Amino acid sequence: MKISIQREEVISYELADADITLLSALNEIKHNQDNTLTYASGCRSGVCGSCSMRVNGKEVLACSYKVQDGDFIEPLKNVPLIRDLVVDMDKAYSFNAIAKAWQKSDSNGVMLSPENEKMNELQSDCILCGSCYSACPVYSVNSEFIGPFSLTRVWKYVSDKRESDEAEKIEIIQNNGIWDCTLCNECTLVCPQDISSKADIEKLRSKSAMAGYTDPNFANSFGGFGGPSFDGSPVF
Amino acid sequence: MPNNNVLIIGAGGAGLVAALHAKAKGANVRVISKEYPTRAQTCMAQGGINAALGNAGEDSVADHIANTLKSAHGIANEDAIKLLCSEAPNAVTWLDSIGVCFSRTQESKIAQRTLGGASAPRACYAQDYTGLKILHTLYDRCLAQNIEMLNERFLLEIHTHEKDNKSCVSGVSVLNIRSGEVEFYESSSVIIATGGYSRVYDKFSTNSKASTGDGVMVAMRAGARVSDMEFVQFHPTALKNSSILISESARGAGGYLLNSQGERFTNELAPRDEVSRAINDEMLKGEEIFLDIRHLGEEFIDEELPQERKLAKLYENLDPVNELIPIKPVAHYTMGGIEVDKNSQTCVEGLFAAGECANHRVHGANRLGGNSLLELIVFGKQAGESAAEYAFKNSDAIKNVNNSRVILELDKYTNEIDFYKIKESLGELFYKDVGISRDEKTLAQTLVKVESYIQDLPKMGVTDKSKSYNTNLIEFLEFKNTLELSRLILIAAISRQESRGAHFRSDYPNENEKFSMHTIIDKDGVVS
Repeated sequence: MKISIQREEVISYELADADITLLSALNEIKHNQDNTLTYASGCRSGVCGSCSMRVNGKEVLACSYKVQDGDFIEPLKNVPLIRDLVVDMDKAYSFNAIAKAWQKSDSNGVMLSPENEKMNELQSDCILCGSCYSACPVYSVNSEFIGPFSLTRVWKYVSDKRESDEAEKIEIIQNNGIWDCTLCNECTLVCPQDISSKADIEKLRSKSAMAGYTDPNFANSFGGFGGPSFDGSPVF
Repeated sequence: MPNNNVLIIGAGGAGLVAALHAKAKGANVRVISKEYPTRAQTCMAQGGINAALGNAGEDSVADHIANTLKSAHGIANEDAIKLLCSEAPNAVTWLDSIGVCFSRTQESKIAQRTLGGASAPRACYAQDYTGLKILHTLYDRCLAQNIEMLNERFLLEIHTHEKDNKSCVSGVSVLNIRSGEVEFYESSSVIIATGGYSRVYDKFSTNSKASTGDGVMVAMRAGARVSDMEFVQFHPTALKNSSILISESARGAGGYLLNSQGERFTNELAPRDEVSRAINDEMLKGEEIFLDIRHLGEEFIDEELPQERKLAKLYENLDPVNELIPIKPVAHYTMGGIEVDKNSQTCVEGLFAAGECANHRVHGANRLGGNSLLELIVFGKQAGESAAEYAFKNSDAIKNVNNSRVILELDKYTNEIDFYKIKESLGELFYKDVGISRDEKTLAQTLVKVESYIQDLPKMGVTDKSKSYNTNLIEFLEFKNTLELSRLILIAAISRQESRGAHFRSDYPNENEKFSMHTIIDKDGVVS
């Protein structure tokens, strides 16, 4: 099979046909054909978030994608390119701090039921691979947008019974946050952990409305209240 | 004047826990990582973290201590194990208090399950994503504490100076992977938390490609001592084709090990060394080995082992709900590492170590599942607090370093031999001859081979001459570390003429009281 990779220019590589992951194919090229090919990888089992990249325009983890003849490999979008398929994640990760995506203070003796735990079980599976930032059309035009994984993380903590001060978190995400999202769902489609940041954003909108905030885009201010959320997980 | 700086190398569980506790003591903390913090090996831990909470069945700290001691096969520090086990409930309570999303029981307690060698359901877990959820919560906590984290910097050297006839830490030099520049960070107090060295076994390891033992080797070159390097744990159940880990919790929940005839052949919940040996014996008879979790049912698998199902589907093209999973044992955890005292300090003043890179003598000859996440929390804290206290009493020694000899040396390397090929051969050789079963002759032959590879290092080198983000260079530096570590493993394995825990010698199949001690190595060879 033949695959091409966007480096300084597009370069094509021949590989033996095999049922292998894209990461194995990249390793094969680097070790046996071209030592200069540059990409990031770690666990090779889909849990460290290092090897996110795009194949034929869609974000994937190289370790979790079976490579096909004719595939075109590119780095993630919307993040500074360092070299070949390696991008700089520092800026994207900085939104977690901007959004204060953490539990404000240590909890003491709060008991969580299995139902409480289910509230954010899926959201706490996030591996910060950055696929969602790459796919997000809002982040591509507004570099200050607190993007998908950070908003999911905010929901993770806001929905947790151990969080004592959700008001502060809800306030921070009013600007360049939940109301800027167009609910296009691209983030959901590319998430390797099946997390829907779009659904989490909708839940944060409901929380915000309950806290007295309104949608600055009037047209969107109806709906989104009550009822099951997009991914079927409970809202309150 | 002391300036209270604590520098931490490595941003996995141990490094981040150390950072939080050093900061809480009032130190100025900086964390340096060769990747990003959330990419560390810790995220791959699946099974759980041990604490005798008794939430799922009767348990006690005394039983946790007894199980850990038994599995260590007589070469552990009983005081360190007592500390580990008695601090365990506090460690889990702390993780719960900062927001780790543990699975819960119907009584709203932290859920627990049984892992190998444990007399009770003791491992607290978050589905089979325990390490991931702990690591990410620690990372969030570090952001909340505004701890400085510098990413993508590779440890080159630990610098020391002499003071009152003692070797003391001055700082470290690192290669900024992005810029290709060498950077020097001075600090009188440095913690190494860089993880283990299972990738000596290359693709015969469950570990991340980054588990190359850099910190262990660099600390040793700086004068620290290492111990028990021969004790490498083989995890019984890695996927046959990819070496990807299938958690012990699959067996804890009732999973069976079967041979080609569909027969069970061992107690699946014995400690890992015993199970791996039983599998190895079957494999030597020509059997293929399978993990069978079909009888656990789809609902249970999706609730408790969702990652395992996903991994089996992706890497073996099968669904464990209906099919047997082909497995083999591969290198998983290195019990040996940097020698530390009861404050986590090495024999170099101001140099501390915690996590898998360190040897706190709690695992002895064989670690129990669920004790490594625990070790990160208990000894990460100890290292962080000790390093902070040390920093308050000692000022940084200014030392200017313009370039690193590690990088300068490479200019002379001729690149006639492809190191990627040697790296692969080394992994195969180690899996075959320095693996689950060893003997004098093959160990000695392997040592000769490894020493010739070390001799050949100047004939290896890098093809890629780019300055920015040169992974060819980083992989060569990592290989150099694993190659030198592989020599230490061999020296230790040859000297231990007995079988104990994970170190099985077919020529000395029994435990021998004479070797009831640690194998300590310094720069000059075996010390004791």
